Amino acid sequence: MDFDALFSGLDRHTLDGITRGSIYALVALGYTMVYGVMKLINFAHSEVFMVGTWAVLGVYTALGVSAGAGLAVVIGATLLALLAAMLASAGTALAVERIAYRPLRKKGAPPLIFLITGIGCSIVLVEIFGQVFKVFFGAPFGRVTVNIPSVLQTKELFTIPGLDLTITNTRVIIIVGAIVMMLALDTFVNKSRLGRGVRAVAQDPDTASLMGVNRERVIMLVFILGGAMAGVAALLYTIQYDITKFDIGFIIGLKAFTAAVLGGIGNLRGALVGGLLLGIAEVYASTIWSSEWANVTAFVVLVVILMFRPTGLLGESLGKARA
Amino acid sequence: MSQILDAYRGLKLRDRMSGAPGWVRKVGMLLVIAFAFYLPFLNILPFAYIRTDLTSSGSDWASVLFLVVVYMIVAVGLNVVIGFAGLLDLGYVGFYALGAYSVALFGSPSSPVVEAIQNRFGLDETWAVPFVMCIPIAIVMALIAGVTLGAPTLRLRGDYLAIVTLGFGEIIRITARNLDNVTNGATGISGVPVPPGPEIDGRSFFNTIDAERWYWLALSILILIIFLAFRLEHSRVGRAWLAIREDEDAAAIMGVAAFKFKLWAFAIGASVGGIAGLLFGSKQQYVEPNAFMVNLSFLFVAMVVIGGSGNIYGVLLGAFLLTYLPERFREFQEWRPFAFGVALVVVMILRPQGLVPSRRRAREFEDRKVEAEEAAADA
Repeated sequence: MDFDALFSGLDRHTLDGITRGSIYALVALGYTMVYGVMKLINFAHSEVFMVGTWAVLGVYTALGVSAGAGLAVVIGATLLALLAAMLASAGTALAVERIAYRPLRKKGAPPLIFLITGIGCSIVLVEIFGQVFKVFFGAPFGRVTVNIPSVLQTKELFTIPGLDLTITNTRVIIIVGAIVMMLALDTFVNKSRLGRGVRAVAQDPDTASLMGVNRERVIMLVFILGGAMAGVAALLYTIQYDITKFDIGFIIGLKAFTAAVLGGIGNLRGALVGGLLLGIAEVYASTIWSSEWANVTAFVVLVVILMFRPTGLLGESLGKARA
Repeated sequence: MSQILDAYRGLKLRDRMSGAPGWVRKVGMLLVIAFAFYLPFLNILPFAYIRTDLTSSGSDWASVLFLVVVYMIVAVGLNVVIGFAGLLDLGYVGFYALGAYSVALFGSPSSPVVEAIQNRFGLDETWAVPFVMCIPIAIVMALIAGVTLGAPTLRLRGDYLAIVTLGFGEIIRITARNLDNVTNGATGISGVPVPPGPEIDGRSFFNTIDAERWYWLALSILILIIFLAFRLEHSRVGRAWLAIREDEDAAAIMGVAAFKFKLWAFAIGASVGGIAGLLFGSKQQYVEPNAFMVNLSFLFVAMVVIGGSGNIYGVLLGAFLLTYLPERFREFQEWRPFAFGVALVVVMILRPQGLVPSRRRAREFEDRKVEAEEAAADA
């Protein structure tokens, strides 16, 4: 127990937590939207995120950019990587829906079976990058950690006087990027015609289809949106950590799910709140004890939340007015 | 393929079996059990092809059989939770690990816990809790963990339960790895005790070489547990689980204390997992945290649902297939997880009720399918 370490650098740790939490929050959106519409935990969503990080690596490799390129090249490559990650993740999410969930929906299988096929898809996706691609394409695929060139290099922008805080460009991009994407999604779901359809299905699927909402199309849309957000998270993750691995999805997925439950699953703004709180809690916990215990924090938070407030901090409500 | 299936269905093996006189069924059952005990020495062609040690790189046949039976125990225990009560437990490896760690922590003379007890009471260095005493300890530890985990979470919806149990399994492993002064951390604990027995050829009865003795021990325990599971399924508790699984609200209205019975299922499942873990740890004579990765939980769940959750014969088949096939085809080791994932998706989409479902389960699925089709036709 080392509370001194925590309090001496409280401002720094909080900023670390917010950075980490922004990524959790973006991934949490995928869980929350699918849950809101289908009452289903999309177990393969963690791998949707993982595929996104590989897409970033793919774009950087194809363009041949590396650390220390000119500003225009950096911006261009990053934007292209963002696009590729969003497309790859959204595509993966859609494929999972088509292969693992739609046939079961037609059979009216019980929820447990959806979870099992989700787990199956998750394992298949992990193994595609850990084994199948390794056999067909060789490096960099395989069961090892892969470095991603830090195209966007960390630069100090300014320090906040009085606090021990150095603001870097990557931090700004991650936090602002995550918040902007979430605001955009929130506006889309609340204001657009398609978003109204999503909310209608979340409220009452039967009535919504009577009112002319195409339920299957809404489900597809939700998987695409959730996947695209995971793609954004994947880019931000690679900016912060410069690595990927075939199995990075699992832990991040669990934490993002915890974040979604913490904020209130099915609630978009809840995902943001939950993600940031969980990120901060985790950094605090790993400072007080050790980083080994950071993963345990998430589970403990999850159990405590479910015991005392199962609907999360902001309540479950993709369909309600607040979402 | 479909012709073979039709021919098999035409035989109506199940109807014949249940229609046969009692003594025929008993003799048949005894023959199957006798054959199971004989399996380690199986050497008659063509049956010997199922052995896993035909090539020099193959795994020891009796050890594979032992593992198959331990996983069958796991599957029967998990079937109580998933198949009977309809609760998805993704952290079953946690109970399995607790069983293995209990026997290691209390039974091994070199475990930190035993050393602490030795120092406290001035016992000599070879002292440890005897194996026979470790059995109730392992069961009680798993039981306590099951109740502690179940009490707050079983009131939740099913899919939350899945995630919380998944977290539980990971917490057990991370704790075992990080609590260096209790569990030796990543180094693990060696010198796990074995069951007592007469010494043969200067070695103790249960040793690392004669794996078939372990297999017979595990098989005997498995038969006992299967017997208990059948009794449980048809008891008042079993009927309560059935009611909860099919419609919890309706069951509650009829006066079934849903929470209480779900907790029972959880506790019983947990203690069976503890027994399986104890057997595993004792045979290995060494326990380390990395033996209890989360993938193992998925494997356990897959055994139950692929085999046919709710049907004891089904989950036995599932456990057999998912343990035996990877050992038989060891040369494709790297491809095992991939094949496992594909099998999980394909089997669940084509046969969501599992390979050998219980009749009642099969009917439940049929009803749901008809309902879904009607709903689709209405829309």
